[in-house]
Amino acid sequence: MSAFDSWAAMGGYAEFVWPAYAVAVAVLGGIAIQSWRRYRASVRVLDRLQRDR
Amino acid sequence: MSAHLGLLRRELLLAWRQGGEIGLALGFFVLAVVLFPLGVGPEAEILRRIGAGIIWVAALLAAVLSLDRLFAADHADGGLDLLALSAMPLEGVVIVKCAAHWVTTGLPLVVLSPFLAMLLNMDTAALPVLTLGLLLGTPALSLLGAIAAALTLGARRPGVLSSLLVLPLYLPVLIFGAGAVEASVGSTGARAHLLLLGALSLAALPLAPLATAAALRQALD
Amino acid sequence: MISRLANPARFMRLSGTMLPLFAAASALVLLIGFYLALFVAPPDYQQGESVRIMFVHVPAAWLALLVYLLVAMASAVALVWRHPLAGIAAQAAAPLGAAFTLVCLVTGSLWGRPMWGTWWVWDARLTSVLVLFFLYLGYIALANAFDDPGRGGRAASVLALVGVVNLPIIKFSVDWWNTLHQAGSVFRIGGPTIDKSMLVPLLVMACGYLLLFSTLLLVRMRTALNERKARALQLAAVPAASAPPDASPVLR
Repeated sequence: MSAFDSWAAMGGYAEFVWPAYAVAVAVLGGIAIQSWRRYRASVRVLDRLQRDR
Repeated sequence: MSAHLGLLRRELLLAWRQGGEIGLALGFFVLAVVLFPLGVGPEAEILRRIGAGIIWVAALLAAVLSLDRLFAADHADGGLDLLALSAMPLEGVVIVKCAAHWVTTGLPLVVLSPFLAMLLNMDTAALPVLTLGLLLGTPALSLLGAIAAALTLGARRPGVLSSLLVLPLYLPVLIFGAGAVEASVGSTGARAHLLLLGALSLAALPLAPLATAAALRQALD
Repeated sequence: MISRLANPARFMRLSGTMLPLFAAASALVLLIGFYLALFVAPPDYQQGESVRIMFVHVPAAWLALLVYLLVAMASAVALVWRHPLAGIAAQAAAPLGAAFTLVCLVTGSLWGRPMWGTWWVWDARLTSVLVLFFLYLGYIALANAFDDPGRGGRAASVLALVGVVNLPIIKFSVDWWNTLHQAGSVFRIGGPTIDKSMLVPLLVMACGYLLLFSTLLLVRMRTALNERKARALQLAAVPAASAPPDASPVLR
């Protein structure tokens, strides 16, 4: 068992530790992406409206 | 004071004349309780163990269903604007409406509960604690429910929304009410639970109308 | 300082310059935090490597509660002092708080599973966080339930204040309920006190979460202000486009 393998196995708890970190990254990353995309959309819409005035 | 009594009389009269609506909430209460033996099986031992919880949860749900009676009709026909413009403080109006709501919804739940407890094979020794707990807790349900009812006036889907808003507020009442019955058959006794229930209702009496009146003012702007 | 930030235009300028800094700081601190949590922190003598879940779970719980308190404070400022940006801040923060709450619940479930053998543990902390999740959902639902967004924001502000008063009562009653029904099962983090080697990654992750929250709060507030301005521009354009040539019968 290589050092990476034994680290990845997390002492037998891998099936709990890795999903936990994955969920944290997914949820927080997800809301970050959603927030950013909505922000960019709001900037585009506002720019277009201000140009058309 | 006579204005408040007059309003109370009007509320009770309206509720009496629309008796069907009160009957609906009570009917739901009984039906919800009856669902549980059908769901978990008729084993007497299991029902006795979870009986207090079932009755309390059903009471909460029945209370939630009846909340739209508090303000929606008056809001729709302009009666609420008149009440807000009257000499009575809006908080006083709220207290009167909650009192009428409790008399027409909470009190009947309290009266029905011993019979439903017998349906669920609960200990007769637990019945007084159950009934007293509901008596002490149902005023809080009316008062806290008024907050949710006022906040959702004019919203899309006010019924479902106010249910979502009010159930977290109801949690302490549920925990102490159902816990009182459990404690009474155990060694600790129900006194602390019942005192806490009373305290919740007493604390809600001045505080809930404050929040409710603030919400009503927003709805009437 | 708060009143100096009341001007939306000034807020947009300030937040525009601070946003990249916050974003960079959060990315950096989170990376360091993850590294410390996954590589440097030692395994627990009782829970082994599963204790690493604590480093994503506990800071999420802290943020879940902190953000709710911030939402309540901003709501109070919006209602009492009518600060123009306070309501926007509260509504921008609430979905972020709900996200942290969700992370806390799921990671808590995963942490408890190897210890208790069940996918959910009705212990006092997790149950309280579950109720907090519903408080967030209720707030967000109410704020979005009205056709007039201003009305929704004001109603939600009242709800937030009611919720924050109710929160200690809920916590007390859930603790009470828990001690009645479970003979003192404690979700302790291994040992009576946290060792320093575990405290540092925990605090770093907490800082990272806080910086991430601040960054996303600025983003969402800027979005809200942009959308508000866009709505105003669209509304102003309507009468000019659709007004009939003679629209004043009263003057006839």
